[in-house]
Amino acid sequence: MSTLQPAFDLVKRSATTAELPAAKPTTEVAKLIDVSKCIGCKACQVACMEWNDLRQDIQEVVGVYDNPHDLSPATWTLMRFAEWENPERGQLEWLIRKDGCMHCQDPGCLKACPSPGAIVQYSNGIVDFISEHCIGCGYCVKGCPFNIPRISQADSKAYKCTLCSDRVAVGQGPACALACPTKAISFGSKEAMKKLAAERITDLKGRGYSKAGLYDPPGVQGTHVMYVLHHADKAPLYAGLAQDPTISPLVEAWKGATKYAGMALIGATAVFGIVHHLLTGANRVTEEDEENAEKLTGGKA
Amino acid sequence: MTNSWTDIKNADVVLIMGGNAAEAHPCGFKWVTEAKHHRNAKLVVVDPRFTRSASVSDFYCPIRAGTDTAYLMGVINYLLSSGKIHKDYVAAYTNAAYIVKEGYAFNAEDGLFSGYDAEKRSYDRGSWDYEMGADGFPVRDLTLENPRSVYQLLKAHAARYTPEMVERICGSPKDKFLKVCEYIATTANGEKAMTIMYALGWTQHSYGSQTIRTAAMVQLLLGNIGIPGGGVNALRGHANVQGLTDLGILSNSTPGYLVLPTEKEVSFDAYMGNRNFAPQQPGQISFWQNYKKFFVSFLKTMYGENAKAENAFGYDYLPKYDGVYDTMRQFDLMHQGKVNGYVCQGFNPLLSVPNKAKMRAALAKLKFLVSIDPLETETARFWENHGEFNPADPSKIQTEVFMLPATCFAEDEGTFTNSSRTLNWRWKAADPPGEARTDIDIMADLFLRLREAYQKSGGKGAETVLALDWSYKDAKHPTADELLRELNGRALGDVLDPADPTKVLVKAGDQLTSFVQMRDDGSTNGSCWIYTGCYTPKGNMTARRDNADPSGLGVHAGWGFTWPANRKVLYNRASADPSGKPWSEAKKYMVWDGAKWSGPDVPDFPPTSAPDKNAGPFIMNPEGVSRLWVRKTMADGPFPEHYEPFESPVANVLHPKTNSNPAARVFKGDLEVFGKPADFPYVATTYRLTEHFHYWTKSVKLNAIVQPEFFVEISPDLAKEKGITNGQWVKVSSNRGSVKGKAVVTKRMPTLTVDGKTIHTVGMPIHFGFVGEAKKAIGINALTPAVGDANTQTPEYKAFLVDIEPLSGPAVS
Amino acid sequence: MSSVHAGGEPVRVRRYSGSARINHWIVAISFVALLLSGLSLYHPSLYPLAGLFGGGATVRWLHPWLGVILSVAFLGLFLRFFVANLPETTDAVWLARIKYVLAGREEYLPEIGKYNAGQKFVFWSQAVLVTTLLITGLGLWEGTLSSIEQALGFKATIDQRRMAAVLHASAAVLSIAVWIIHVYAAIWVRGTISAMTSGTVTAGWGWRHHRKWLRKEVASGNKVHPAE
Repeated sequence: MSTLQPAFDLVKRSATTAELPAAKPTTEVAKLIDVSKCIGCKACQVACMEWNDLRQDIQEVVGVYDNPHDLSPATWTLMRFAEWENPERGQLEWLIRKDGCMHCQDPGCLKACPSPGAIVQYSNGIVDFISEHCIGCGYCVKGCPFNIPRISQADSKAYKCTLCSDRVAVGQGPACALACPTKAISFGSKEAMKKLAAERITDLKGRGYSKAGLYDPPGVQGTHVMYVLHHADKAPLYAGLAQDPTISPLVEAWKGATKYAGMALIGATAVFGIVHHLLTGANRVTEEDEENAEKLTGGKA
Repeated sequence: MTNSWTDIKNADVVLIMGGNAAEAHPCGFKWVTEAKHHRNAKLVVVDPRFTRSASVSDFYCPIRAGTDTAYLMGVINYLLSSGKIHKDYVAAYTNAAYIVKEGYAFNAEDGLFSGYDAEKRSYDRGSWDYEMGADGFPVRDLTLENPRSVYQLLKAHAARYTPEMVERICGSPKDKFLKVCEYIATTANGEKAMTIMYALGWTQHSYGSQTIRTAAMVQLLLGNIGIPGGGVNALRGHANVQGLTDLGILSNSTPGYLVLPTEKEVSFDAYMGNRNFAPQQPGQISFWQNYKKFFVSFLKTMYGENAKAENAFGYDYLPKYDGVYDTMRQFDLMHQGKVNGYVCQGFNPLLSVPNKAKMRAALAKLKFLVSIDPLETETARFWENHGEFNPADPSKIQTEVFMLPATCFAEDEGTFTNSSRTLNWRWKAADPPGEARTDIDIMADLFLRLREAYQKSGGKGAETVLALDWSYKDAKHPTADELLRELNGRALGDVLDPADPTKVLVKAGDQLTSFVQMRDDGSTNGSCWIYTGCYTPKGNMTARRDNADPSGLGVHAGWGFTWPANRKVLYNRASADPSGKPWSEAKKYMVWDGAKWSGPDVPDFPPTSAPDKNAGPFIMNPEGVSRLWVRKTMADGPFPEHYEPFESPVANVLHPKTNSNPAARVFKGDLEVFGKPADFPYVATTYRLTEHFHYWTKSVKLNAIVQPEFFVEISPDLAKEKGITNGQWVKVSSNRGSVKGKAVVTKRMPTLTVDGKTIHTVGMPIHFGFVGEAKKAIGINALTPAVGDANTQTPEYKAFLVDIEPLSGPAVS
Repeated sequence: MSSVHAGGEPVRVRRYSGSARINHWIVAISFVALLLSGLSLYHPSLYPLAGLFGGGATVRWLHPWLGVILSVAFLGLFLRFFVANLPETTDAVWLARIKYVLAGREEYLPEIGKYNAGQKFVFWSQAVLVTTLLITGLGLWEGTLSSIEQALGFKATIDQRRMAAVLHASAAVLSIAVWIIHVYAAIWVRGTISAMTSGTVTAGWGWRHHRKWLRKEVASGNKVHPAE
């Protein structure tokens, strides 16, 4: 989304070394997606398209219910369907996960972004893309541990779920949560969502899902979009959800060590040149050299 | 619904069968998730496919499409043979004790009830009744021991449906079937309740009404009718299809489930003579005794001043029917060239009526076709050539097509009646585009022009048209508000208290507040008695939006208006035992407080009728009790019986001689195009997708984005057998036509073993056609057979035979 | 260059042809532009460099195209000079005596051909680094990558793309360091820059730094020009 005046104080701002003004203490928010209540109706997808005025091209069926086939600049959330035969229950399970930005507390996209202020994190935890600062480089794609951001071919800007930061700013929940008919999507303070999740997990355990749990991965310091999973120990069952996501060490290296080592190396090389010149002075051709050369070349021949 | 959407949250067990609530009713399904979340309710799904509902269920049991009656009879057998029934309820509130008269029989070998006439494919139902006693009332045996009692007959009838037989017929593994039975039986005690949610998966069969009845019997045996969280709940498929049936938009109905006279009922007296609602046990309420009041009030609305006592309130103006004109009959007649004009209003028969090839040929025989619709429909463009999707030859079609653009729901005002029987007023949100007019305006304009034509030149039946009351403020533009007032009815003269004729109950000119104020002397009108109370002197009750639920039981009395009488749970007198006390504290609902029936709901009973008067809770039946055995009310038998679909991969194991429903109507020409399992070995079933609404939303880009294209679902086993890869084009053929689509190979399509034979199911969504945003498709009604339910003529869309083959060309994924 | 010869202007020897110089300066200019644009995305404190190009969004599309220009031009240089940059035995001696090189005491060095080992190091390391930058750069080219992938029938995984980012940044740093050495050497060794401006050096420069080369040039006789 694009906004000139962020609705919330910023706690993180991409490619910014200057200190940010102190943020007022704010309640951290979270969206809780209860996969065990989700029926995959895609109302959230449609609500998202409507609120954000997105219209993906009409695609075709490729043998699954996932439509559109993937996240895109015009598809910020997507139901992903997976089938699994649970050997313990002796029943087929149709695991349906609403995919989209997880709003990490430690956002890899923001870490990777080279453009100051193109990615920000608000004090309530929402990670937002600020379009007018986005340069379309795609670094956020590489930084994201969940494969979420998509770059538009039309305007070369990165897009993803904003957690409806514009709605949240005026006290509304995200459009998807409002549209969800089964209350599989809830929105509120992160604390309240964790409480609700605990209630749901107890219920699921009572129904024989002994490994039911909350997905709030510590590898990214927790997320502001969380899942209740029936099989929290088998996250990849849910259309490849990472079991223990972290920002890739490659990204950490790229945006951390490499950056400083590189700057140091470049600086050192330049300093070496200067120091060397100061110590040894210019390497000039002497008169003798010219005379010898002249001899070789036969004077002014 | 006997109960309501919000009441589902009170359920302890939810059985979804013959429906897929999560898919087709996602908003209502919320109450299932509420019951699961807050009551620890268990969700059980029985379906030929592992559906979206199954995905959030506690237990799923597969079943062969079209064998639900056998499955439910198996449940009844389980309940009766294990004694897991609510005995007091069954004894007091059902006709289990009633003795069936000699002559009634069921021949288990032939699969036929007494009175069958093979020539006419129908029953003489004379023997289907009770033994009458000397007192003029049916004989009962309250011990239930009499072998001719309904209870014993049912026990014998159901005994054939053993778990082994269920597995042989339905392909449902015995252990899974028994597990489902166990879940169901947990509610046989008055302390817990099960709700049954069904939809077109039960209705769209040649025996659909009987399947639904079997479900009702299961619920009666469990004591789950009339209590919160119970009931048999039909999930209606259109926003307002409940309103459609309430208002009697069928060829043989009038509003409020009254019946249009037949041509044999030449006088009002003859008509009423056929409607004897005398109580059949002492002290019973038999509410239909008020029939005449409702019917006269209806006539008074229809004919106004022209309806007088002298002319039997205009009874003669009413059309009398010679036979049922359901859609399949209409199109059969059209196909025979006996129909020359047809008006489709919000109706797209080219996609929704079975046997598309026949439909296209039939429409081409019309002189004119009118389509009143907000959308361009396939029907309105049946004459266009769309290649394989609609291979019409416009040069050979002379039908003139008129398209009258109508408003869509958000562009006009009025009410929707939802599955909960609740009328919800809706306000106009946007102006219609272009020349679109409201349906009311279009119909008014049409009527006024027709009336003018009749006035000028007369014609057959002119008096019926000319007698019609049309006293709206602006004849060309009746308002939805006026029409709703009219449905409610008002006093034409002072309505007096029958107990005290000096007391005026309703002043002349006032809106009625209840149908009990209706009179058969012409002093009241009101065209749909069950809606009376929706528009009272206090105003438009359907526009109320108070969602308060003081009892916490989902009784939102201040939201809209629920017919009848703003009652949420029907038969709710049955929530209390005969003495008026609740069956259990957990299920306490309506109780006798010593002076009246009190509780969160409106009692479905005379409010001050004390329990010791012994009136039964099923006040619409003259017996006062519900019927496990339905006497003459159904065309195909007083007990349900398993019949195979007209196209079935196996013979009827119970009685191969009578394979399919012997009382279902089959047209000549349609019979010949039933396919045989040798040529079409796979069971096909059709269904809706949550992303679409019938044939409408394929015209909406957002819906087309999330579900863009027709597809065919098959199991990995069948895919392997036929060499089909996921995403590949396949051709599905029945004996009537073929469709092509992308294969979706999924474990959600179970492979079943039915009587030793491997049965594969082919599933296809209905929504796609050749008009709109979504990808073009042929439409599954190219495949479906034209046979309907024996009682309702609902087409058999849910089980038929097909073959499937891969088409060349690369798979897309 | 100031004269060191009392008798007038020194004799000049042609070192680079006109086309070679144009080729070099295309590489040089695109390198500097790449360096500036690349560094703007490299570290937040350098982001203002993007302003030189009209902002980050321009950098995002311009940088890859500059990279393509550089790669093509560098290929030209490579083909021109790779023979002269093949290793010789004297390179080892030169490297062994690197302290004399750094001290400017070339009398202790063997006679050098067209390029000394240091110059060859610059040449080969840039050849390797430019190739690396090109390949990893393609992997980072948002939008165009998919068409490249399609053409190649290959789909880069996200980890490969992340690896490309690390390698691109690392190679760029090394390339810049080598470039600094290259530029510094040209400045330190006075009389060098004219080789890439006018195309000539003084014979004395040749005598001092590339005597073997000078002898060869003189022997062939066709590249020696009289002074004005």
